[in-house]
Amino acid sequence: MIHSLFLINASGDIFLEKHWKSVVSRSVCDYFFEAQERATEPENVPPVIPTPHHYLISVLRHHIYFVAVIQSEVPPLFVIEFLHRVVDTFQDYFGVCTEAAIKDNVVVVYELLEEMLDNGFPLATESNILKELIKPPTILRTMVNTITGSTNVGEQLPTGQLSVVPWRRTGVKYTNNEAYFDVVEEIDAIIDKSGSTITAEIQGVIDACVKLTGMPDLTLSFMNPRLLDDVSFHPCVRFKRWEAERILSFIPPDGNFRLLSYHVSSQNLVAIPVYVKHNITFREGSSQGRFDLTLGPKQTMGKAVESVLVSSQLPRGVLNANLNPSQGTYTFDPVTKLLTWDVGKINPQKLPSLKGTMSLQAGASKPDENPTINIQFKIQQMAISGLKVNRLDMYGEKYKPFKGIKYMTKAGKFQICPYNTPFTGFSLTVLTNQIHVFR
Amino acid sequence: MSASSAFNDEKGGSSSVGEPEYGHDPASGGIFSSDYKRHDDLKEMLDSNKDSLKLEAMKRIVAMIARGKNASDLFPAVVKNVACKNIEVKKLVYVYLVRYAEEQQDLALLSISTFQRGLKDPNQLIRASALRVLSSIRVTIIVPIMMLAIKEAASDMSPYVRKTAAHAIPKLYSLDPEQKDQLIEVIEKLLADKTTLVAGSVVMAFEEVCPERIDLIHKNYRKLCNLLIDVEEWGQVVIINMLTRYARTQFLNPNINESLLEEGGSGDKTFYGSDEDEDEDEEEKEKKAEAAAMAKRKPYVMDPDHRLLLRNTKPLLQSRNAAVVMAVAQLYFHLAPKAEVGVIAKALVRLLRSHSEVQYVVLQNVATMSIKRRGMFEPYLKSFYIRSTDPTQIKVLKLEVLTNLANETNISTILREFQTYIKSMDKDFVAATIQAIGRCATNISEVRDTCLNGLVQLLSNRDELVVAESVVVIKKLLQMQPEKHSDIIKHMAKLTDNIQVPMARASILWLIGEYCEHVPKIAPDVLRKMAKSFTNEEDIVKLQIINLAAKLYLTNSKQTKLLTQYVLNLAKYDQNYDIRDRARFIRQLIVPTEKSGALSKYAKKLFLALKPAPVLESPFKDRDHFQLGSLSHLLNAKAGGYQELPDWPEAAPDPSVRNVEVKESVPEWTKCSSREKRKEKKVEKPFYTDSEGESGPTESADSGNFRLLALIAWSFFFFDSISSAHNRGVCLGVFLQTIAPSSALKSYELLHRITGEGLSVEYCFSRQPFSPDANMVAVQMQFTNSASSDTKNLHIEDVKLQSGMRVKEFPEIELLPAGETATAVMGIDFCDSTQAANFQLCTHTRKFFVSIQPPVGELMRPVFLTENEFKKEQGQLMGMNEITEKLTLDVKCRNEHAIVQRVTTAANLSRVPCGSDKECRFAGRTVTSGSLVLVTVATKEEGAAQLTVNCEKMVIGTMLVKDILQALTQ
Repeated sequence: MIHSLFLINASGDIFLEKHWKSVVSRSVCDYFFEAQERATEPENVPPVIPTPHHYLISVLRHHIYFVAVIQSEVPPLFVIEFLHRVVDTFQDYFGVCTEAAIKDNVVVVYELLEEMLDNGFPLATESNILKELIKPPTILRTMVNTITGSTNVGEQLPTGQLSVVPWRRTGVKYTNNEAYFDVVEEIDAIIDKSGSTITAEIQGVIDACVKLTGMPDLTLSFMNPRLLDDVSFHPCVRFKRWEAERILSFIPPDGNFRLLSYHVSSQNLVAIPVYVKHNITFREGSSQGRFDLTLGPKQTMGKAVESVLVSSQLPRGVLNANLNPSQGTYTFDPVTKLLTWDVGKINPQKLPSLKGTMSLQAGASKPDENPTINIQFKIQQMAISGLKVNRLDMYGEKYKPFKGIKYMTKAGKFQICPYNTPFTGFSLTVLTNQIHVFR
Repeated sequence: MSASSAFNDEKGGSSSVGEPEYGHDPASGGIFSSDYKRHDDLKEMLDSNKDSLKLEAMKRIVAMIARGKNASDLFPAVVKNVACKNIEVKKLVYVYLVRYAEEQQDLALLSISTFQRGLKDPNQLIRASALRVLSSIRVTIIVPIMMLAIKEAASDMSPYVRKTAAHAIPKLYSLDPEQKDQLIEVIEKLLADKTTLVAGSVVMAFEEVCPERIDLIHKNYRKLCNLLIDVEEWGQVVIINMLTRYARTQFLNPNINESLLEEGGSGDKTFYGSDEDEDEDEEEKEKKAEAAAMAKRKPYVMDPDHRLLLRNTKPLLQSRNAAVVMAVAQLYFHLAPKAEVGVIAKALVRLLRSHSEVQYVVLQNVATMSIKRRGMFEPYLKSFYIRSTDPTQIKVLKLEVLTNLANETNISTILREFQTYIKSMDKDFVAATIQAIGRCATNISEVRDTCLNGLVQLLSNRDELVVAESVVVIKKLLQMQPEKHSDIIKHMAKLTDNIQVPMARASILWLIGEYCEHVPKIAPDVLRKMAKSFTNEEDIVKLQIINLAAKLYLTNSKQTKLLTQYVLNLAKYDQNYDIRDRARFIRQLIVPTEKSGALSKYAKKLFLALKPAPVLESPFKDRDHFQLGSLSHLLNAKAGGYQELPDWPEAAPDPSVRNVEVKESVPEWTKCSSREKRKEKKVEKPFYTDSEGESGPTESADSGNFRLLALIAWSFFFFDSISSAHNRGVCLGVFLQTIAPSSALKSYELLHRITGEGLSVEYCFSRQPFSPDANMVAVQMQFTNSASSDTKNLHIEDVKLQSGMRVKEFPEIELLPAGETATAVMGIDFCDSTQAANFQLCTHTRKFFVSIQPPVGELMRPVFLTENEFKKEQGQLMGMNEITEKLTLDVKCRNEHAIVQRVTTAANLSRVPCGSDKECRFAGRTVTSGSLVLVTVATKEEGAAQLTVNCEKMVIGTMLVKDILQALTQ
């Protein structure tokens, strides 16, 4: 299956290679570099590149390309999913997955890769098993290791691989038994200029941090499980139970894991928590453009909208922007033409606004597109879909754990498009008008 | 060779003694001499006695390998440390060894003995890791050793070692393909394995070594389907893909009776149906459809095995692993009846929220599916709307899907979306959008005019690329009905003054030439302008100018004769061959001379023939002849090792090949009358009466049995080097004897016929490995329905257990007809205690409280120990852990055979070979904690005997003594 793996940084250096079968020369990456050159943006490199003798399947995460070399037919998603799992594991071990972190921990990385694949076929990808095999480096352990010469490799052999719950390590012990669940929802939306919703969807995840002694068996039930339209589970969740009773019943892995991701059915109306009024105009012949943008809360159920960040890719003709924010700070990068405004918290009494002028290239014609506005925000203590956890019970162990549930709503791909969409069909007049408006 | 070169290196290093040796940063690149120096100090560190120095050196070496630096000259120094005690050093040495063994074959052989030793370690994980490294060393000389190791490991008691054996098969195959036949035997054996751990890996090996041997799957098909949900996710992908292929060869096309014409029609409407009740609905529907079809054609009845596959894969659509979801989706697409395929749409749409690489692959597949089954994705139209933040390749694919989904009802919404896309800053994407509009226009005649007009408006766009793309698309559209659109042609003629993109200019010229009769006044003028600029044009434009000239000459020679001559003269001296050739050819054809042949008479027909309108179709059309989700499908080219997805067979092959004798049913066994018959079955059964013998059932013929026996005997031999022919005989004796009692397993009553209102249930401890969980005791239940009505939905509910205990329920028995008997196996982890497991046994009408309490002898499983091992272990379990009891043997029980039989009936233990005939020894391990249980029965004169039980768990020990005592004295 997977023959070799190359890690390539943003400047095109291969800084790590690992082979599971016979060695493949790193010159195979030249085909990758060729494709990279052809693609204008880093994310436009095709994930699958055929070469005369091999196929290259790559993923881009944290500005690092993970390029897997394969030689024969294999489902591409198999490789892609595995590579993402590798990145997740690195992140789990080192906190961040950067070139520096990988280089600093090259031995641990190598040991991990060795355990994760055998002859190119995945062997152990569960983080709980891997952590039994290879302990993640911590500052304390690194210090102890350098003094005592002890190792990061687990002394005892992992038994997790043999058990019926391979995701949970055995012999877990804690003095404080805690189980925390974060319900995080993201709104993906496209909203037109007048504020009407073109598409909106909610997708959520339940991330858990479970530190419980022994082999606890948990059940988690919802007040309104019917909201969940489509779900995907961590392998620990018992599917039958969910099918029959809409209850999540599982023996959790130890530590952090994603229990569930779900999609709220699109039939339900999605509450849009913010609105944007914006007016971005350019006039023909003038080297100035006007920029005017105001944000306000809407349908937030009384919760504050926080960490608001507005970003927009201004047209290429814009040289600079001279704007005046009523709160927060803004930056404009004249090279990438990216305008970002870090708003912070929205105060409903005093709505944040960003106004001012943009200077255009002299003599250049008026830009013919208006920019799309992307918004990020966070709302604490609320799940926008209204999903509520009913109760969490534990069986199989005697102690009383501390349980906590947190809700949060975030913007996913939340964008405001610069046009009003016509409500009647695609008509010649509409198109004509718009073209003429911009002439 | 390599040794001497290493020696040279050392020499080179010694010349520079006195330099600082430690503290070199391995990351700093250096010239060769400094490389030698560094390697020299690494060698010194590897030779030192301190593990910490060795570790440091190995870490630096691994860092070098990771950066792709050559570290092969260190091979002799590294390989010495293969037996190092420090586990991390050892692991890093393995990494090094696997990387360089191929280059240094001779030296690599030095390490082999270490692994061979590891293969015999009592710890299963060490055995597995030794096999893993051994099989990764790509040195052809050790092929026979590998082969032996794999065969042995395939019969190992530990499923983890068997899994490793399955992993090793493709490694050996790639090293030496000539071993194929032998490897297939191992695969066949492992395929029969019942544990989830092995299933994924062995199917992987099957796919790599012998994907054409579909016949090996028959007997294991149902088992694979049933195990699937518990297999690890990577294995699931491989199994599902393989089963898709299998099903295509064994079952009939479920859509055979549906007319192929009604694509995307009413047949797809059910996809929305809630998932839960679908199965039943489907079955009903099928019955109805069946009845209807009966009248007109050969009725289609889905094979129950086909249904089993569909039913067991469906829950996996909920997997978190995108590859698993995709695998199930393709299975449904290729195998399910049309009405059921819809369920996959939702799951695929969910994957669109994943990483962009995942999106890319999923969209490719959705694009192919949406051509065949448009209705399936229509409700998710909005999920394919494009966001400005999507990478271009994703945008283009989404556009493709949107175009495929367009129909009369949704076209207005789609066009509205397209309209916003045209304003994007991403020009490649805009071009793709314009093409998509063109395709919508050709497919849906209602909107053709609207689209055309919209595109014409785009001709006045300021971006030249947009204009050019529009021109090309308009050209194609106009070809469909030119007469109606002469004003558009005129408009385009005007564009020639401004537009510079060659493709667009060429398209306009072609249009004018083709339809010059619709624009009789403008056409000659365009030619005049073009003649002026001819020399500066691109080649494709020049060719079209020549074409235009020729066509005008034929239709309107009065006005254009001179112009045409001029153009042809210019072309005659062009630098490009093609243009010169074309000019010569056309001149001969259209300008009549005395030499010109008969062809020139037909010149007009040649040039102005009615040309068929181009068909704008999706590049994804017909891609579904590749198995979806495969690499070949993605590339639209056959990748190496791709297995063709076969067509449905005309007539279904014999379904009985998948029938398996009910192996777990003990009653079946007892029915076996003849001794020979029983013996044969024995081999099929997973006997783990000994430890190293192993094994899943083999279905092979007699020779296979022999081989197996030989293998076991051999492995006994192997494990105890002092053993002789006599010993081997004992082994075989044990092997045959210890199985015998299991044919007389004691059964207990769970539910009496009267309390159960006609339903009676008996259970016995089948002493089989419980495949879903090795820590559970398998309990085999036999349900007999002696009532007059059917019993439905037999299942377990409300399990009440002591803490730590676990139960794996048996799959629900949907229907037990009156008078019939069914068996099921459930697993219970008793946590090494004799406490009862209480639960309710439910039928569709009643619930019965029942409980299962295990005799202590069933809480263990046999292990094989040699005499020496037994003595050693016994020596460690003295004092408190040893219980001794004196007894007088029952009169009937004074020979060795009887003792063995009674003890093994009372407790699930295996016999340990013993030199003295006065002693019988037995060994086992408790199922949950794996603590050793050793039993010795020493006989003396006149039926006096002494029973000794050694067990870490004193409670178990005491109870066991009691039970065995009872068995031997009565």
